[in-house]
Order: sequence, then structure tokens, then C-alpha cells
Amino acid sequence: MVLTNSHMFITKYRKWFISFSAVLVLIGGIVIGAIGLDYGIEFTGGSVLEVSYEQKPEIDIVKTSLSEAGFENVLVQPFGDDGYVVKTQTISEEDRKALVSSMNIAGSEMSIERYNSIGPSVGRELRTKSLYALIAVSLGIILFVAYAFRKVTYPISSWKYGIVAVIALLHDIIIPIGILTLLGTEVDTLYVVGLLSILGLSVNDTIVVFDRIRESLSDNKEKNKKESFTKTVGNAIGQTITRSIFTSLTLLVVLLALYFRGPAATQTLSLVLLLGTLVGTYSSIFLASPLLTMLVGKKKKELK
Amino acid sequence: MLKIRLIAFAFIALGIFLGGYIYQSQDTQPFKLGLDLSGGSYLVYRADISDIDESEVSDSMDALRDTIERRINAFGIAEPNVNTEKHSLGVDGSEQRLVVELPGVTDLDDAVELIGQTPLLEFKSEASPEEQNRIDEELQELISTLSVEEGELVSTQDVDINAIMALESQRYVSSPLTGKYLEKAQLQFSQAGVQFGGSLQSQPIIALSFDREGAQLFEELTRDNVGKTIAILLDGIVVSAPVVNQSISGGQAIIEGAFTIDEAKETVGRLNSGALPIPIELISTNTIGPTLGQDAVNAGVFAGVLGLILVGIVLILWYRLPGLIAVIALGIYTTIMLWMFKSIPITLTSAGITGFIISIGIAVDANILIFERMKEELKKGASSYAAVELGFKRAWASIRDANISSIISAVFLFWFGTALIKGFALTFGLGILISMFTAVTITRFLLLSLAKKKGKSSKFMRFLYHSGFNK
Repeated sequence: MVLTNSHMFITKYRKWFISFSAVLVLIGGIVIGAIGLDYGIEFTGGSVLEVSYEQKPEIDIVKTSLSEAGFENVLVQPFGDDGYVVKTQTISEEDRKALVSSMNIAGSEMSIERYNSIGPSVGRELRTKSLYALIAVSLGIILFVAYAFRKVTYPISSWKYGIVAVIALLHDIIIPIGILTLLGTEVDTLYVVGLLSILGLSVNDTIVVFDRIRESLSDNKEKNKKESFTKTVGNAIGQTITRSIFTSLTLLVVLLALYFRGPAATQTLSLVLLLGTLVGTYSSIFLASPLLTMLVGKKKKELK
Repeated sequence: MLKIRLIAFAFIALGIFLGGYIYQSQDTQPFKLGLDLSGGSYLVYRADISDIDESEVSDSMDALRDTIERRINAFGIAEPNVNTEKHSLGVDGSEQRLVVELPGVTDLDDAVELIGQTPLLEFKSEASPEEQNRIDEELQELISTLSVEEGELVSTQDVDINAIMALESQRYVSSPLTGKYLEKAQLQFSQAGVQFGGSLQSQPIIALSFDREGAQLFEELTRDNVGKTIAILLDGIVVSAPVVNQSISGGQAIIEGAFTIDEAKETVGRLNSGALPIPIELISTNTIGPTLGQDAVNAGVFAGVLGLILVGIVLILWYRLPGLIAVIALGIYTTIMLWMFKSIPITLTSAGITGFIISIGIAVDANILIFERMKEELKKGASSYAAVELGFKRAWASIRDANISSIISAVFLFWFGTALIKGFALTFGLGILISMFTAVTITRFLLLSLAKKKGKSSKFMRFLYHSGFNK
């Protein structure tokens, strides 16, 4: 492949690549901090009612009907070709009935497509659980990678592989979240599922490159071949780059199919995964491995 | 070599067999779809346990679940799911919840009402002899349509249980006396004990006290039915049908059934709390209309098949023969997974299907890793057979470690996750486990069965095993 011979520029200009990623993560963080995540009702508590009509009434009629019934603080949005979605705070069973009947506008047959009401405590719990899961997965990965690379202690300790894997992982999560926040995507449960899948894919990608480094290191040791760590890493990237690009290409194909032709409910999910796959592949090539070479002390690096 | 070819053939046969089975059994044993795909209602109640002694919480929760479950079953809803859950994350202290899943119930009013009704305590008297005869005849007729020998076990699918139950329930007719007039229930033990293993074992009985109006109704009921049975029904089910010996005044009734002390205790508790053993409050509901779920399934299946075909095209164009074999192995992988979804069975939700699709991606990745390694070995001049063997050997460490890390993620997600995340983690984790097997074993045997063992491969073979457009 053409790429195999031109991979050394990655380790050579690693400072640029790492800075580029750092800037993106920083921007992502600022965007998330400034705009804030648009939590769906699954996280905040609240109610969503989705209805469809035989003949869709004008949005103003719906709004008037709702405010007449006493629902002032509600969000009404068109949904699909023939329906509306109404979002409110958590409401009682009686209020729900009132809400449904006020949506039942004369002259048009209405059917309820979906109603979802989440109590505040359930929402809080989901947020906490998602965070716990994220932390647990990260810790589990550091420990496993440190264990899997336990025989590789030179030139850097096996712990650092785990830590780099997690840095890449955070990178792969923060940048997509930043982009999704800019796009105004609502955070629902499937969004979280998407982020969690990115976790798995990101580590998968990173470990494949690390494994190649591990193999070269032990090969070099056997043959008593002296090679700078930077060169080993550069070679490993070159040897795995075709695979990285191909794997993400096949994933992207599936995800694009899912995004454009899949169910409306999983559209956000496919978008999250699309971004995650792109960023994840990028980070396994341009961030994780260069970071490893950065972590080697100056002296060890110069050793030839 | 023959052995390898036989094994390779067996794998393909397995794939075809499973595929055929999955297709054939779609009518008798369809995939189990979650509420988000099949339509239905999902209700979460918070149980108020503030007045309950801590040691009795789990018993009360079980009693609550049983009551609700019985009530839902009485309405004939297919495969309802009632669970109790304890939550301590993200809530103050801990919270006991009751989760009710009602597939097919897309009208929330119905669902909430179904659960919200108070339990029914009813007293019924025997129907007239003519009526009893009619019921007997009809029952006989119903059973005679079955061609079974006496003493043979009958599968519930052959008998219309509901029709039989409906007939049986006509044996008793309603009386005005109901749980509305119940003042309290008490657990007692019958004074006339039975000799049991040398000690006196007394039988648990449930003593009911009626209020004044109830007492009068009870007296009338017993007076009219001396020598006959009176059925006592809880939630519509006969729990006891004692024979009335004499007219009873004073508003004291006793339920003497073949129940254990625990059962009696539970029943007393349920009766005394009026409605349910623990007050419950609806905190979350989710209703998915029937069309929404069906649309999601259709779109999901379409996108999944489209995605697989596109991946297949990419793989074959780029990796040629190994690519074709990877596609076959993926096909076998998909049939194994679908078969497991059916036979375990795993309830499929949109999140679960996503986990499965991602696991396909990881299965493809394992193949790509192997093929890249094979290519390297071929370049070094190995025979196609040796290249396959070496390629697998070298790629194994990567596949193993990468997949173990994904499995670790799946385990933690399953552990900490909510129901939806659990569904994802399950299919994702299972998918990776199976894909490790199919990528490493099935692809390997298929490739080996076609490879040439000795000497340099022919030009054609090298073309087949090579990849890319450039060479």
C-alpha cells in the first residue's frame, strides 16, 4: 500500500498531531461547557407525547388548544409528516388525560404514537448510572491493558499503555459530544448507548496498534535488534493503517445505511457512532501511538 | 486435508441449517421483541415502604409483585413482565420500584387502570343445579373435541384454557358481599389441631371480620346456602370454597384453605392493606404505539441487510477470495446469533440490535486483521496454506486482546446499566464472543480447505489470495 511507506511522518510530526487533538478536545470541552448538554426527558424527568393525525392541524391550533387546557409551559414541535411531539414537565395521570384530550382536535382523527413520562428520580438515577458505567469501563480498560502488556516494560511501563488508551478514549468521546452539542442533538438513552459503543470501538482500535508495537518489541529483543522506540511505533502504525482504515470503512458503510434508511429512533445513535468511528480511527493512528513515544524519557528515546 | 474440507463443509451446512430453521420457525417461535419494537406499555411504580419494617420489605415487595401479576394475568395479556427493583444510585437513600411491562397494551388509560384497581374480595354462592348440569355438559363437549386417552397429559396449546376457566367460573354466582365490607383480616390457627409427628400441628386459618352491613349480608348468605358451598374469591380466583353448616351471625367468617402459614400470612397482609400490600405511586410510563414499533423493525431490518450487503461488496472487491469467505463466515455468524436470540431467548430492543450490528463490525475487523497478516506472509513467499496458518497465528493476539477489552466494557455496562443499556451490553458481549469463534475458526477452516499446501502458489492462487486494486 502507498500508505505503508509514508507513515513515519506521523511520529515525526507527532507534536502537531497531538496539539491538533488537544485543541479539538479543548474546543469540544468549551462548546459542551458553554452550550451545555440538551438532556432529554429520560435524564431530567418530564413527559413526551407523540401523536399523529389523519389530517394534521396547524401548529397554532394545537398550541391554542393546549393553552386553553392550561398547558402553558409546553414545547410543541412537528414530528414526521403527520404528527406533533409535545414536551412538558413531569405531569400527573390526570394531567396526562387532559393533555391527550386537548391534543384531540376536532375534525381530525388522532392516534398516540408514543407517550413517555419519567419521574425526576428515575432521570437522576440514569445520569448517575451512565457516569458510573463510564468510569468503571475506563478503570477496567486501564487495568486490562496494563495486564495484557505486563511483559512489555521497556522502554515504557505497561501502565502507560492503559493510560494512553484511556486518553484516546476520552478524546474519542469528547470531540463527538462537542460536535453533537453544536448540532443541537438531544441526549437520550440511545445517545448514551452510542457513546458507550464508542468506548468499545475506540479501545479495540487502539489495542490493535499497541499489539503490533508489543510484537515488534519482543521480536527486536529476540533478534537483539536495536531500534528506537519511535521507529518501532512508526512501523507499527504503518503495518496496521490499512486495517484501521478498512475496518472503519466497513463500519461507516453499515452506519450510513442505518442513518439514512434505518428507523427514525436510531438516527441519533447512528450519528453518534459515525462521528465516534471517524474520530476513533483518527485517534488510534494520529494520537495514541504518537503519545506513547512522547511518554518515553528523552534518554531512552535517543538510545540506538 | 480431507478432514479440513469436511469440517469446512460442516460449518457451511450448519449455517444453512440454522438459517433454514430461523426462517421456518418464524411462525411458531418468532423473535422476542422488546416493547420499543412490538408496541406496549412500560410502567414504573415507586413503592412506599416508609411504614414497613425493614425486615419485611422484600416479602412485601414480592407480595406486591404477585398481586399485580395475578391481576394482569386475569386480563389475559400475553407475556407480561412484572419485576421489583431496588435502586440506590442517584436517589435519596434507596428506592423500591415495581416495573410492569405490558406488551401489546398501547392504551395507557387501560394499562394504568388495570394496575390501579384495588384487589377484589368476593363471596359467591353456588349456581342452580340446572345451571351446574349445563356447565358439566358444555365442559364435556369442550373436552370431547380432544382425541386423547384417559390419563394422558394434555398440552395447554390443545385446550382452550380460557373457555374452561370461563365455564368453571359460572359455577358460582355473585353475592352482594364483597371486600368493601371487610373490617379486618387476621391470621389464626385452628384450635382442632391435627396430629403431626407426635406434636400438635395447628392449621393456619384466616379470620375475616365484617362491618355491620357486611355482617348482615353474610348472615343472609349463609342462611340461604346451608349445606352448599360458598366460594371466596380473591382477585377473581377461588381461594377457598367451604361448606356452610349453619347460618352465621356476628360478621365473623373464616377462610380455611390448604395454605401454608406463609401463604396465609401473605393473604392476610393483602386483605388488610385494603388494596395492595404497599402503596404504590406511578413515577414513569412509556407507551409505544403499534405502528411506531413495526416501522422501526422494518427500517432496522432493511438497514441491517443493506449494510451487510455493502460490507460484503467492499470485502469481496478488496480481499477477493478471502473476502468472499469472510462474507460466508459472517453469514454463518449472523445465523448463529439469530438462532441464539430465538432459543435463549433474548428480548430484542433497538439498543440490543445496535449492539448486534456493532458486533458484526468487530467480526469484520477480526477478518481484516487476519487477511492483512496473511498478505504479509504471502509477500514473504509463503505458500497459501502456510500464509493462512501464520496469518491466523499472528493476528490472534490482537483479536484476543481487543475483544477482551470490548467484553470488559460489555460486562461493566451490563452491571451498571439500566434496562436499555443492559440490552445493548448483552447482544454486544455475546456477539463478540461468538464472532471470535466464527472469525478464527470458521474463516480459518474455510480458507485452509481451499489453500494449496506445498510449493509456491500458482499465479491464479496468488491473485485470489491477494488484495487491493493495485496488484
